[in-house]
Amino acid sequence: MTGYILRRLLALLFVMLVVSVIVFVLMNAVPGGPFSLGERGYTPDALANLERKYGLDKPLVERYWNFLSGALQLDFGYSFAVAGSPPVTEVILRAWPVTLHIGLYTIMLSFTLGILMGIVAAYRRNTWIDNLVTFTATLGITLPSFIIATFLLILFGFQNGWGDNPREWIIPPLFPGTAPLLATDYFLPVFTYALAPLALVARYTRASVADALSADYVRTARAKGLTDRRIMFRHVLRNALIPMVTVLLPQIPNLLTGSLFIEVVYGIPGLGKFFVTSITNRDYPMIMGLVLLVAFLWGITYLITDILYTLIDPRVRLTGRGSA
Amino acid sequence: MTTPAAGGPAVLPRRSPWGDAARRFSRNRLAMFGLILLLCLGFIALFADVLAPYEVGQAFRTQRAYLRPFINPDHPLGLDGAGRDYLTRLIYGARTSLLVGLSVPLISFLIGVPLGALSGYRGGWIDFVIQRLVDVATAIPPLLFALFLLSVVGSGVENVIFVLAITGWIEPLRLTRAQFLAYREKDFVLSARALGATDLRIIAGHILPNAISPLLISFTFAVPLAIFAEAGLSFLGIGITEPTASWGKMVGSGIGSSVLVYYHVALFPTLLVAFTMLGFSFVGDGLQEALDPNRSR
Repeated sequence: MTGYILRRLLALLFVMLVVSVIVFVLMNAVPGGPFSLGERGYTPDALANLERKYGLDKPLVERYWNFLSGALQLDFGYSFAVAGSPPVTEVILRAWPVTLHIGLYTIMLSFTLGILMGIVAAYRRNTWIDNLVTFTATLGITLPSFIIATFLLILFGFQNGWGDNPREWIIPPLFPGTAPLLATDYFLPVFTYALAPLALVARYTRASVADALSADYVRTARAKGLTDRRIMFRHVLRNALIPMVTVLLPQIPNLLTGSLFIEVVYGIPGLGKFFVTSITNRDYPMIMGLVLLVAFLWGITYLITDILYTLIDPRVRLTGRGSA
Repeated sequence: MTTPAAGGPAVLPRRSPWGDAARRFSRNRLAMFGLILLLCLGFIALFADVLAPYEVGQAFRTQRAYLRPFINPDHPLGLDGAGRDYLTRLIYGARTSLLVGLSVPLISFLIGVPLGALSGYRGGWIDFVIQRLVDVATAIPPLLFALFLLSVVGSGVENVIFVLAITGWIEPLRLTRAQFLAYREKDFVLSARALGATDLRIIAGHILPNAISPLLISFTFAVPLAIFAEAGLSFLGIGITEPTASWGKMVGSGIGSSVLVYYHVALFPTLLVAFTMLGFSFVGDGLQEALDPNRSR
């Protein structure tokens, strides 16, 4: 097990290295640079000075080497475009908790509600409640999040007379004693973001539970005269929810690294928004830092996912030989 | 196996697995509804030149360009912010969406399926190299990578297709590899090999036909994802460039302080995107049930 994890971590390091080379080369392959964008009107002298200050006048290999030696000490340099040119690490440390917060709430909301909806729909198959769940699930899958976000903004902001500045819409605190929430900080983004995974989870849960309900062991349990509740909890759910893990876990890295669209539409200062702005501004250090962070997060969450599989389902072996 | 005797009492109709699947599909009402929806859309996209009342880029007003729909019979769906006929824009948008939606999965399957087949069938160092390639390609979320690549190659329809295809070949590769791994040691493959069939023949003639239905299903689901991605990139303002019409871009341009008055700019393309998605997901679900009867309920 430890050997497996070590090997996976090494592989992750290798992947991050390759990705960093690819992104670095591609980024610099585009003609022009961060300071020749738009109508900044730098004189050639000023431009040369700026490029010297940020080390952009050096050859590509040397610049990559400088980046790599910094990155190994978690120093990605200073942002070109964020106001006050703070260190990239500082911007990321500020932005990621925002994204993480929304991601965690989204996971909680979509997984609990989705599983619940799926179970109810499977149990009351072909009734109005099943149709309602299927309809919601289809809606969540067919409507892009940026469209949902846009219409929620219109609906909540303008129709409630809350004014047209989303930063002023405040949701009363959920629990006494806690601070009130900005609507755009949590409520609307989480709701929007949760819809797609919710739909997915509800669909799979419904299928999985319906499968289990028609299994032979359920018929046997019925024949024995067990109560519905006992059948549901002891037999159906246990067998139906384990395969769900394969659907649930791959969603997690997605949710933790945030959504571009939702952060852009709601103006959330998270990873996704910085990703978009640093790409459009050609903010090289920010792009490198963000790409590596995202690659790291994805790699780690996938690793954790694979380990969790073995804990849940003892038939899965990580190494393929010997004991896991 | 049984050849029905001519004039015999019980002549069984000839049945093939594909015929059965088609019958199951046509009995699925939702799937047929989706198919009709898609056929309409395809018709609109194909005959956009004939159907659209005006040219795509033709501007009718420059001052106070917006016009609400259902007011002026010349422009039944109004004008957009640049004074262009909105019905025309929506019709041409269908063309862009379907072009991206069909060519992206096509290209990514053309890359992914051969690589996956090779990787799963041969194993060994080829598999190792291809798997490391996959590791690198999946290191960041596909949409983020597409966004980054787009900033490198520049906007435009061809570039959007290229970028989405580059990020989309992983899924077909994985799927094909899994199928080939499962079939590699099956008896019919072993016997084909014993009879001296070449690897190419085994891959293309024996295993691929068996693996085709999950690939087909996956293709149907890849189409709306590509349309989604194009709409999203264009929504962010880095996908399709003017004057090409794109529903995603149109939604994006409809958002602003005037959205309550000129609601049509955001609303109509939204509805069209939603209907397209609905069509593809109904057809995909229907195909899944028709081709994989064990899984259907």
